[in-house]
Amino acid sequence: MTTMHTLTPQTDLATDVDDVARLVNEDGERVADPELERWVADVDVTALQGLYRDMTLVRRIDTEGIALQRQGQLGLWAPCQGQEGVQVGTARAFRADDFAFPSYREIGVQHVRGAKPADFVIAWRGEEHSTYNPYDINTATPQIIIGAQSLHAVGYAMGIQRDGTDQVAAAYFGDGASSQGDVNEAMIFASSFRAPVVFVCTNNQWAISEPVTVQAKFPIAGRAPGFGIPSMRIDGNDVLASLAAMRWALDHARSGKGPAFIEAVTYRMGPHTTSDDPTRYRDKEEVERWKRRDPIARVEALLRSQNAFGDDFQADVAADADRLGAAVRAAALGAVSRQPIGVFDHVYEEPHTGLAEQREHFAAYLSGFEADAEVGR
Amino acid sequence: MTQLTMAKAINEGLRRAMVDDDKVLVMGEDIGKLGGVFRITDGLLDEFGAQRVVDTPLAEAGIMGTAVGLAFRGYRPVVEIQFDGFVYPAFDQIVCQVAKLHYRTRGNVKMPITIRIPWAGGVGAAEHHSESPEAYFVHTSGLRVVAVSNPQDAYVMLRQAIASDDPVVFFEPKRLYHSKGEVDLGADLADAPPMGLARIAREGSDVTLLTYGSQVAVAMDAATAAEDEGISIEVIDLRSISPVDYRTVTASVRKTGRVVVTHEAAREAGVGAELIASVTEKCFNYLEAAPVRITGHDIPYPPAKLEKHHLPDLDRILDGVDRVLDRPNSMSGVIEP
Ligand SMILES: Cc1ncc(C[n+]2csc(CCOP(=O)(O)OP(=O)(O)O)c2C)c(N)n1
Repeated sequence: MTTMHTLTPQTDLATDVDDVARLVNEDGERVADPELERWVADVDVTALQGLYRDMTLVRRIDTEGIALQRQGQLGLWAPCQGQEGVQVGTARAFRADDFAFPSYREIGVQHVRGAKPADFVIAWRGEEHSTYNPYDINTATPQIIIGAQSLHAVGYAMGIQRDGTDQVAAAYFGDGASSQGDVNEAMIFASSFRAPVVFVCTNNQWAISEPVTVQAKFPIAGRAPGFGIPSMRIDGNDVLASLAAMRWALDHARSGKGPAFIEAVTYRMGPHTTSDDPTRYRDKEEVERWKRRDPIARVEALLRSQNAFGDDFQADVAADADRLGAAVRAAALGAVSRQPIGVFDHVYEEPHTGLAEQREHFAAYLSGFEADAEVGR
Repeated sequence: MTQLTMAKAINEGLRRAMVDDDKVLVMGEDIGKLGGVFRITDGLLDEFGAQRVVDTPLAEAGIMGTAVGLAFRGYRPVVEIQFDGFVYPAFDQIVCQVAKLHYRTRGNVKMPITIRIPWAGGVGAAEHHSESPEAYFVHTSGLRVVAVSNPQDAYVMLRQAIASDDPVVFFEPKRLYHSKGEVDLGADLADAPPMGLARIAREGSDVTLLTYGSQVAVAMDAATAAEDEGISIEVIDLRSISPVDYRTVTASVRKTGRVVVTHEAAREAGVGAELIASVTEKCFNYLEAAPVRITGHDIPYPPAKLEKHHLPDLDRILDGVDRVLDRPNSMSGVIEP
């Protein structure tokens, strides 16, 4: 079994954020990890610059989202600041025809998969539950029911098996989600059927106000072997380690060896959502400690040490981010609500007489207003 | 035409659906070698193999959630829930995912999942084996809900449910599994009445008796007994309880002016409540009497030795008929608030 970190059962290890595999340390220095580094041997300076650009764009989408929410343009926003490394790193490992099942916080995954500016804001604005067609970017509509998508990924992977192709499905979920029955059932199904699926548990230390210790006493990655699934515990703020681990996991699943599990240890820098007040449950020092581990600053330092972070590059990325930020803003401000009668669309694929009748009644009711407006004119 | 039990008719329906479309697969607990605890999937494993007849881990949310993923991938899973009372662990996946994914994705992702549930009481079963949870699903937009009452419908409607691009909750009365009836195995789905249409099981002119699934046979017996007393009951087998075929229902009520609804499920906020509310809205001026519900009591399903007092039987239905006809009945002299 390809277990890269031997985990011995001891209590309180769940909180040990340094018991992780990494390739780039907090100061942006490359560190050796023979298991991981072979998966990113091809990642040169240009590729590293690409990862930096991705993460910077994702952070920009995030800050724009928060601003739009504060300005009353979005109903809610679930920030991902601090988690860009794991999101971008793992998503960049996918093949285009692999299929991702993300949660609401995986902005970076959506970005890498090809989501358009409107796709980040239209749902949070309350216009639609989803803008994109999942099949266009092989990414499911983000899931709000905690953990539910893990089973969908396994079912999708069972479909891949039956189709005899070598795609992989992946499920993203949080440390809180690891307590859900769905996630545990997903691991049992995946393991029993050797489904080509990868589980990415983003352990950002908190499930709203509940620390990870409420969900786990032992590292979450340590659960997977109990299901017969090899796992890795990595530094989720290290984009290179995230890419390497995901390449390992995808390769494992793609080559018919069954599911794989990654626990990415990271930190949610902002509030859970814009409705949350993290000052009530966590202290400043903790947040300060994690600031030192910023995934973007880390790659910047690495690039600088390789003389690959010049003014031109920096300005180019900043301009790119500005353009994307403006496009996200424009998509939110330019959103047009569907016609009221549109709420009845797509409830059923085939006509449903009960709903058809309600729709007719509501249409007649609405047209009464139009008639009034005619008269008033 | 062939004489088949309902169990065998459903088995044939599954087999035909799997022959017709290789995207159809069945999944559930014990459905492979054992053929399911009711043997409904008997022989399918041998014929179609383990890729299409999937013995799953013992986890209902897992079964339902992976069915969602398979549907995402273009498959048409037919899920067997072992017994009615065991659908609850899968409830979240059914109401939040199966029912809503088509809506959430603006029609891009289809959920052609059929959820078969051996259903309701009357077989002397243990606790949690005789539940009637249909109202939960009828209340959930995005699902279709049907209940079959005879082998022919079981065969045809199952195939229609599997062919439907919408998710269908398919209730199979286990007390009718071994009852026989004529089944036209060569029936062309295109010619068969759609799943959403009600069936007038017996024509009558004095009272409309609305029911579905397990209670249809009881209602038919009640109608026969009433005839001896000179009362003509029209029995409507709804077949589909979401949507309800109100065209057939209201035509009958406008003719008879009197309505009794019977089902095994508890009364409070049950399907009967919905039927009577709708019939009252649609036919108020035709009603000669307040509609009456004859249902299970609002109690947890009782122990097997007492279930006969819970399940609406012929006498309780006839008592309800007496009430809508203002004949002497159990409520005579009782002043209601
Ligand atoms: C089934 C369910 N229960 C509760 C919630 C409310 N809720 C939303 S996010 C959340 C915390 C999730 O934490 P985690 O899984 O660690 O993911 P994170 O938000 O930290 O990325 C909760 C309790 C929900 N959406 N779904």
